[in-house]
Amino acid sequence: MKTILLAMLVLGVLGGIFGALLAYASKIFYVKVDPKQAAVREALAGANCGGCGYPGCDGYAAAVAKGEAPCNRCVAGGAETAARVAEIMGAANEAGEKMVAFVPCSGCEGVAEKRFNYTGPEDCQAAMLFGGKSNKLCTFACIGLGNCVRACQFDAMHIVNGIAQVNRSNCVGCGACVDICPKSIVKLIPESQRVEPGCSSHDKGGVVMKVCKAGCIGCMKCQRECPAGAIVVKDALAEVDPAKCIGCGKCAEVCPRHIIVDFQA
Amino acid sequence: MLSSIITISLGAILINNFIFSQFLGCCPFLGCSNKVDTALGMGLAVVFVMGLASAICWVINEYILVALHLEFLQTLAFILVIAALVQFVEMFLKKMVPSLYSALGIFLPLITTNCAVLGVVLLNVQNNYNFIESLVYGITGGIGFLLAIVLFASVRERVEFAEYPECFRGFSICLVSAALVALAFMGFSGMAIPV
Repeated sequence: MKTILLAMLVLGVLGGIFGALLAYASKIFYVKVDPKQAAVREALAGANCGGCGYPGCDGYAAAVAKGEAPCNRCVAGGAETAARVAEIMGAANEAGEKMVAFVPCSGCEGVAEKRFNYTGPEDCQAAMLFGGKSNKLCTFACIGLGNCVRACQFDAMHIVNGIAQVNRSNCVGCGACVDICPKSIVKLIPESQRVEPGCSSHDKGGVVMKVCKAGCIGCMKCQRECPAGAIVVKDALAEVDPAKCIGCGKCAEVCPRHIIVDFQA
Repeated sequence: MLSSIITISLGAILINNFIFSQFLGCCPFLGCSNKVDTALGMGLAVVFVMGLASAICWVINEYILVALHLEFLQTLAFILVIAALVQFVEMFLKKMVPSLYSALGIFLPLITTNCAVLGVVLLNVQNNYNFIESLVYGITGGIGFLLAIVLFASVRERVEFAEYPECFRGFSICLVSAALVALAFMGFSGMAIPV
């Protein structure tokens, strides 16, 4: 009995001493938090959805207070929250160019050649484990097992005919799909941009021909036809410079593989 | 006295290195060795905690636990000391070196459960070290950890750019290189220092 009491007493006193010392130390080493950060955190929707691309509302609030992030990234809060955050930061509530996600791959069912018949778990990352490639012969192709669909909080991603497609009216441009894609092909493009090549393959034309019935072969026809010089073939893949693109849609018309997506068509 | 200190130091740093031959503290060793800078910070924090924990735990063990015949409380009391120390280190880093604080992230509070720290204080008791010897064993054990984690982080930084089979990507190649570094340290095993 005596031993038990003594043991309790010793540990209790030790714990008390350490607690008191730590409490004193926490006063000395107190870190001031930017009051703006706390105010911004209050104004946010607080859903911790990650739609802004930061780890939770706290992470976003810290980035805004430091001036590293724009005020309008809280997707759950919308325009109202953006205005309030802008007021706290004393910045103009500039909307900025709205970005939407785009999956540059046209290798849907029957178009892209299969490497093997994948029957494993519905997960792109799992499909990648087979030699770091995937179920399709083209190493750049969308795997189509929907990691981006599951990452999307806004019902803007769907698997259509074996590849991911973006519903542009639902997309808020949070970039969750961009981060999750194990092939790193999903990208954000300005909503105003009219055309974008629907292919990510940097393979040479001959290789693309073998593995995919769509696929950019780098024929440079779009580059020659573009009146503004906005579309350039680089590493055997057409690329659009949104700053130069005048949105005439000519490249989409002349593409022999019909893979340049015209968003106004 | 001096010769025993040298024996303990060399033993803790090279021959019986905490990570490579006693396999203590493997969690932060693998988790915090992405970059040499982070590894250095983690190693220094562990040196600090191990040295201080050895000193404080020796005093508590000798003058409270042994004096009151409460030796069975050793593990519990030592964990208490280590937890308090880690809290202190965390506060200190948050105030003084915020960049290191955010780089270490969750691994900083995890020093509490780093078995190398608890291991060193329990080994002090087991080996009947006196105060000076305990302190030296704690600090040099920490230096051994620092040496191991910095060496391994440098290896990993180079492995990043190496060409190896794709199926080894990520943690597999990390474990393979850890094994090879440990193998190199086997060269010290069985070495005896004449007293």
